[in-house]
Amino acid sequence: MTLAVHPLAGVIASFARLISGVQVRWVGCAPEPRQRIYFANHTSHLDFVVLWSALPAGLRAVTRPVAAKDYWEKGARAYIALRVFHAVLIERGAAGRAEGLAPAHGAGPAVIDQLAEALGSAYSLILFPEGTRGTGEEVAPFRSGLYHLARRRPDVQLVPAYLENLNRILPKGEFLPVPLVSSLTFGAPIQFSDEESKAAFLARAREAVRALRPGAAA
Amino acid sequence: MIARIFRDPQLTWLFGGVLALLVVATVIGALLRRAAKTDSARAVIDNLNSRTRAWWKMCAIFALSLLIGRIGTLVLFYLLSFLALREYLTLVPTRHGDHRTLFWSFFIITPLQYYLIGISWYGFFAILIPVFAFLFVPTRIALAGDPQHFLERAAKISFGLMICSYCLSYAPALLLLRIPGFEGHDARLLLYLVIVDQMSDVFQYIWGKLLGRHKIAPVVSPNKTWEGFVGGIASATLLGTGIWWATPFTRLQSAGLSLAITLLGFFGGLVMSAIKRDAGVKDYGAVIEGHGGILDRIDSLCFAAPVFFHLVRYYFVP
Repeated sequence: MTLAVHPLAGVIASFARLISGVQVRWVGCAPEPRQRIYFANHTSHLDFVVLWSALPAGLRAVTRPVAAKDYWEKGARAYIALRVFHAVLIERGAAGRAEGLAPAHGAGPAVIDQLAEALGSAYSLILFPEGTRGTGEEVAPFRSGLYHLARRRPDVQLVPAYLENLNRILPKGEFLPVPLVSSLTFGAPIQFSDEESKAAFLARAREAVRALRPGAAA
Repeated sequence: MIARIFRDPQLTWLFGGVLALLVVATVIGALLRRAAKTDSARAVIDNLNSRTRAWWKMCAIFALSLLIGRIGTLVLFYLLSFLALREYLTLVPTRHGDHRTLFWSFFIITPLQYYLIGISWYGFFAILIPVFAFLFVPTRIALAGDPQHFLERAAKISFGLMICSYCLSYAPALLLLRIPGFEGHDARLLLYLVIVDQMSDVFQYIWGKLLGRHKIAPVVSPNKTWEGFVGGIASATLLGTGIWWATPFTRLQSAGLSLAITLLGFFGGLVMSAIKRDAGVKDYGAVIEGHGGILDRIDSLCFAAPVFFHLVRYYFVP
C-alpha cells in the first residue's frame, strides 16, 4: 500500500537537503516502518520537505504531509502538494485564512475524519500543530487537531520533532533560501491518555517538541 | 591536462612529496594504533588517523582542481569560501532583516569575487569586498528596516565576507601574478602556500602534543602552547625553505616568506578560535557534525594568503 513516489519528490528533497545542510538525529526513536504522526515546530516552507527527506525511502512512500487547502489547492502548488507529495489538504476557517494560518487543526470533526481516513491502515502523517509558521524564536501553542486525531487513533505513534534554523534558511515571506546549516531532531514518542485533559495533552506535546531544541535543558 | 603536471617536474616533485608524506603518516598511524594500550591513547591516535584520512581526500580534491587548471581551482576555492561562510554564519546570529543580505553574500558577492580572479581583473578584485560589499551590507540591512543590533549584524556579516571570501580568494589569486622567469608555473606558488600553511598547522599540532606545556592563550585556544608554536613555526619554515627550488625565491627569501605564512596562519587560528569561544563552541565542525569544520582547516590559510600574495606581488612582480 505504498504511494508511487513522484520523481520530482526526490529532486525537491535532495535540493532541500543540500540547501538546508540538515543534520538528522534520531534521539528518542528509530526510523521504523510503523504508522506515525510526526509533529514538529513550523517556521518555513522547507519544514515539510526537510522532514520528509530525512526519512528512509521506504518510509517516505507512506508518509504524507498535512497542508492548508486554500493555499495549496491551485496551480503549481496543487501539483506539488497533491501529485508530488500526496498531501492531505484540509480546510481552515475564514478566520484562520485571514491570520494566514496553516491547517487549522482546531477545525471541526470533518477535518479529523479526513485526517483519520488519510492515515488509513498504512500511512503516516506530518503535522505542524502550531497551525502557522512562526519566527523561530518560540514554539507557539498547539491547536487541538493533534489531540482529536490522537484520541481517534490511539494506535498511531506520536513522534515529536524539532527543526532548527530553517527560519533562518527560508523564513516566512522570503522566496530565496540562504544555505545555512540546520538540524532535525526526532524525540521519544509521546503516549496518549484518556485521563488527560485536552489542554494538558497539547501542552505536553508542545513541551516534547521544545525539549528537542539544541541547548534546551535536558 | 594531466600532461601539465608531468611537463612541470617541480610540480611533480611537490605532489610526489605530499603523497609520500601521506603514505608515511598513514603507515605510522596504523602502527601507532596497533601499539596503543590505553583507551585515551587510542582516542588520540584515532583522531590523528581521521585527520590523515581527511588529508588524503583534501589532497585528491586539490590535485584534481589543479589538473583542471584555473577554472577548477577557482571553483574549488569558491566552494571552500561558500562552506566556510556557511559555517561562520550558522554560528553567528543574524536576524530576519539580514536574509537578503545573506543571500547576496553567498550567491552574488562571493562568486563575483572569484569571477574577477577568473577574468584577471586585479583592480576590481582587490576592492570588491573591502569597498563595495562593505558599503552594500549595512545599506541593504538598513533598507530591510530592522534597526535592532544593527551595527553588530552589519559588522558580523562584513567580517564573514572579509575572512571567508575576500581573504581566502587571495590563494587562487596567486595564479594572477606574473613573475618574470616564472610564467606558467603559478600553480606551484599556490601549492607552496598551501603546503607551508597546512604543514605548519600539522607541525604545531604534533609539537604541541609531544612537548606542549605552556599555554599561550588558555582561554581563547587551550590547545595552543609555546612549545607547539615555536616547534611548528620552525619546522614549517624549514620545510618551506627546503622547497625553495619549486618557487621563484632564493633560499633566504623562501625562509622569510615561509615564516610570514606560518606566523599569519597561527594568528588566523587564534582569531577564529576567539570567535568560536565567543559563540560557545569548540570547533566549527562540532556544531555541524558531518559538515566538518572546513573553517577549522582553513582559518590559517585565510590569514596567510592575502599577506603572502601582497609580499610576493610587492617584491617579485615588476
